[in-house]
Amino acid sequence: MSEIKRMDLEYSQLDSDRMRINVGPQHPSTHGVLRLEVEVDGEIVTEVVPHLGYLHRSFEKHCERMTYQQIIPYIDRMDYISAMNNEWPYVMALEKMLDIKVPEKVEYLRVIVSELNRIANHQIAVATFGLDAGAFTPFLFYFRDREYIIWILEKLSGARLLYNYFRVGGMAADIYPTFKQEVLDVVAKVRKTNAEIMNLLIYNSIFIKRTAHVGILTPEVAINYGCSGPVLRGSGVAHDLRRDEAYSVYDRFDFEVPVGKGEVGVVGDSWNRNMVRVNEMEQSCRIIEQAIAQMPDEGDVTALIPKRIKIPKGEVYMRAENPKGDLGFYIVSNGTDKPERLKARGASFVNLSVIPEISKGYMFADLILILGSIDIVLGEVDR
Amino acid sequence: MGLLNKLDDPYEGGGIVLGKVEELLNWGRSKSDWYLHFGLACCAIEFMAMNASHFDFMRFGTIPRTSPRQADFIMITGTVTFKMADRIKVLYEQMAEPKYVISVGSCSNSGGPYWEHGYHVLKGVDLIIPVDVYIPGCPPRPEAFEEGMIQLQKKISQQAIFNKRKKLGIE
Repeated sequence: MSEIKRMDLEYSQLDSDRMRINVGPQHPSTHGVLRLEVEVDGEIVTEVVPHLGYLHRSFEKHCERMTYQQIIPYIDRMDYISAMNNEWPYVMALEKMLDIKVPEKVEYLRVIVSELNRIANHQIAVATFGLDAGAFTPFLFYFRDREYIIWILEKLSGARLLYNYFRVGGMAADIYPTFKQEVLDVVAKVRKTNAEIMNLLIYNSIFIKRTAHVGILTPEVAINYGCSGPVLRGSGVAHDLRRDEAYSVYDRFDFEVPVGKGEVGVVGDSWNRNMVRVNEMEQSCRIIEQAIAQMPDEGDVTALIPKRIKIPKGEVYMRAENPKGDLGFYIVSNGTDKPERLKARGASFVNLSVIPEISKGYMFADLILILGSIDIVLGEVDR
Repeated sequence: MGLLNKLDDPYEGGGIVLGKVEELLNWGRSKSDWYLHFGLACCAIEFMAMNASHFDFMRFGTIPRTSPRQADFIMITGTVTFKMADRIKVLYEQMAEPKYVISVGSCSNSGGPYWEHGYHVLKGVDLIIPVDVYIPGCPPRPEAFEEGMIQLQKKISQQAIFNKRKKLGIE
């Protein structure tokens, strides 16, 4: 498994005509409505130009017109696969501005629902990555397990996908009596399926041949482009805001930051990026178990929610570790109940920008896998 | 096997069913609809869940197609932006008759949460293509997808194939 798949462009130029191909905006493998304008020499990709804006839903305009509480549902619809994680940095930013100290129970509940949603996000990411490589069974396995997570989040918040569960100073609703036991059952199911997926997909020799040595992203390029999340960690850079900045109660948990180690392929290739996600699911399971054990039973999660939010004049930037990478919110307040300006720093948008850099010189079929290994969601790219 | 056959098949050696050709054609048409899946936003994730374990969309006889020329109906799942609208129109025009449209989710029904300030969002996909079934929700539950599919099957099975103009009273 040491063959180099990247074609040397000097030798591949056989005086053939370069052809420009459109991938998308509607294509099952573009993970949304991304359009890639690809220039190919024979079957070798020489240039990739991503075209954005097919899902531009005027997020920042809405933020200027809505009150602070009304913005939370729109934040759900940015990265719609991990809505719980999206809401967190936003409410953290407002709590910082209002100087609210949320109760312990709320912090633990936030950790649990966010880590559950992180598992659900990585399940979709790995499942669709397998789908891109031609493996359909892992998709069915992961979606079977994802549904159990969704059911828990639905019982808590009332919605299956876009939860609107976080509130400034608390949560929308308290936990239900069997919550802790159900979460632990789901964690056991996630672990069992992951053990199966290891044999079925991850160490499958066909999958390794398709993904190892494909789309190598060196740590230097990843840092220069501002990548974050599993894309950066797949390149061997151990950067995780949960550990490095330790917001909320993350400093109380014992967990590792998985990085690409290059046990198959080389560090920074598609296989390693994917492997980071699988390992992160295990780490999320560990965090959930510790959080369930430490979570206090008494306490009202809705007690500190203010009826009307008026943020004092000023600005704040708050970021958190999303499944896709760092998600940051920069809020400028003018002293009213609506923000003057709200800018979101989406991880998918930044991670997408390395596609032209890392996909040059590979086969056209590998481009789809490189895109799948980056794990973008177009709601967050276009916003 | 022999007992089962007798239970299932009361007419030994096959039977005869009398009926209209139209009903037979509609029965076949409504039970094997191939669809062009046009996943745009959040609803597409629920549609993935709909296609996977637990719900199994294919039991309705639906098979996903990636070409509009092979599709019987198109599912618009998500927010239709102005930049995307003309593509949807072209894809709809490429589909062969008879063709149907299911509009999934509040965004494609009416603009949904982006109704008031969404300067780049089309306020309902029915402004550009005719919609047969609307599925409400933001995003709709998989059960709502099932109901929408049943409604489309019902609509197809009641349609006229022959003497359309006479039945409509045009001639």
